[in-house]
Amino acid sequence: MIGFFKKKKSVQDKKGHGASADCGIMVFENTSDVIHAETVLKNSGWAIRVMGPPPEIRSGCDLVIEFPLIEELSLLRELNKANIKPLSVVPVTAPLLAPVDLFHTKDFGDYLMVRAANMKITVEKKGLKIVNISGGGCPDVPYLAHEMVEKTVAEAPRPRDLGHTLCGYALELAYEELCRIC
Amino acid sequence: MLGVIGTVPDLKFPLTCGPVRLIDGHLNINGLNVSVNRGTPALLAGALKATESINGSEIYAFLVGDIGKGAGSRELYQFLERHLSEFEFKALAFHYIQPDVDLFTKVLFALDTMKRRPVLIADAGFMYAAKMSGQAACFDFFTPDVGELAFLADEMAPHPFYTRGFILHQNDNVPDLIQRAYKHQNAATYLLVKSISDYLGHGGQVLERVDYPSFEAMEAIGGTGDTLTGLLTVLCGADFKLTDAAVLAAKANRWTGYYANPSPATQVIELIETIPQSLAKVMDQYHKEKTHG
Repeated sequence: MIGFFKKKKSVQDKKGHGASADCGIMVFENTSDVIHAETVLKNSGWAIRVMGPPPEIRSGCDLVIEFPLIEELSLLRELNKANIKPLSVVPVTAPLLAPVDLFHTKDFGDYLMVRAANMKITVEKKGLKIVNISGGGCPDVPYLAHEMVEKTVAEAPRPRDLGHTLCGYALELAYEELCRIC
Repeated sequence: MLGVIGTVPDLKFPLTCGPVRLIDGHLNINGLNVSVNRGTPALLAGALKATESINGSEIYAFLVGDIGKGAGSRELYQFLERHLSEFEFKALAFHYIQPDVDLFTKVLFALDTMKRRPVLIADAGFMYAAKMSGQAACFDFFTPDVGELAFLADEMAPHPFYTRGFILHQNDNVPDLIQRAYKHQNAATYLLVKSISDYLGHGGQVLERVDYPSFEAMEAIGGTGDTLTGLLTVLCGADFKLTDAAVLAAKANRWTGYYANPSPATQVIELIETIPQSLAKVMDQYHKEKTHG
């Protein structure tokens, strides 16, 4: 048991240095699989990162999972248990695109809006009811808005549970920032 | 006839195309009902209100259900590739779709087979695909909000999700972002940017800035960019000069705020209901300016 935790810690230490020369990426069929895999791996304590794919494998709306190559077998085993299979695993040969990490917050008095990249979520401060979701261009955005608006932050489904695209993922980041500041 | 291409957030909604009507607050296409929320249904509802107001062209839509899994979008791309050549439109708006560069490029080739080249407008996922494929210049208009403009201005970003921080930081500097988008050939002939002030960009320069009336709350309301694209589509199809159509669309979209008195909790359907008044207001101003110089 102690050894198990030590191993995870070593991965986190490795990631903490931010080097990617010894990293690989897992490529999945779609963004939903990436989000699912990220949830499984992070819940198990692996310090992986969701990143943008290199140009040669971009198709339009993509994410990949960056991980320390040396841990490949352990991570694949973990994903296999959750019935998730990457399309391919390749070493990182060039810097990967990082997801947006800049948030804009706007205070409307009774309402608060948080924006991440192209996605905005607005809540009524009293009661934290989600009153609007705007921005984005991928087809899960109107669906997420339909499922989340008019519900409180506590009642609404999380974007990461229903979203399938980068816009959905950006909304998740805005949602997390909103939860952090409220 | 005007064309609108996009998705509706219902997995069971089949690929369909035909004239669209707005009946009792719902869209109707080939007997199928679609509720009006944000996204392509909001664009269509706004466009239908606008075309009814100015006695404009009929609106024909190509729609498919997709909630982000992409299967519906792929079916729609493939349908367009095979059938676009059979249609003739004055203006054609490309809207919500799962961006896919390969399939998008095939649709672009299909556009070349149309009898008459429509005014081409791209927003949302289609705009992302156009930028990512390096084909932005094929379009007459992009209609980004300021976050999407930052993405167009970032020559490295394949999606707004990857826009680099130093560019996102320039949010308040729309003219510089417009210039940068053109510098890297990531802009359509015209950019109609929705922000605190709306901007019409062309060739790296700002042609027009529209900032009245102004309602801060509209930034939070999902669908206000969609109604702007709908208004632009109708006005481009009504034989206005493209620059006049863009400025009128921006003004009319802002006046919906005046008539709806919005808060950040207002829903886009409340704004859409005021389009007839808003459009009448700006058309009246436009004709007075034309008459009196």
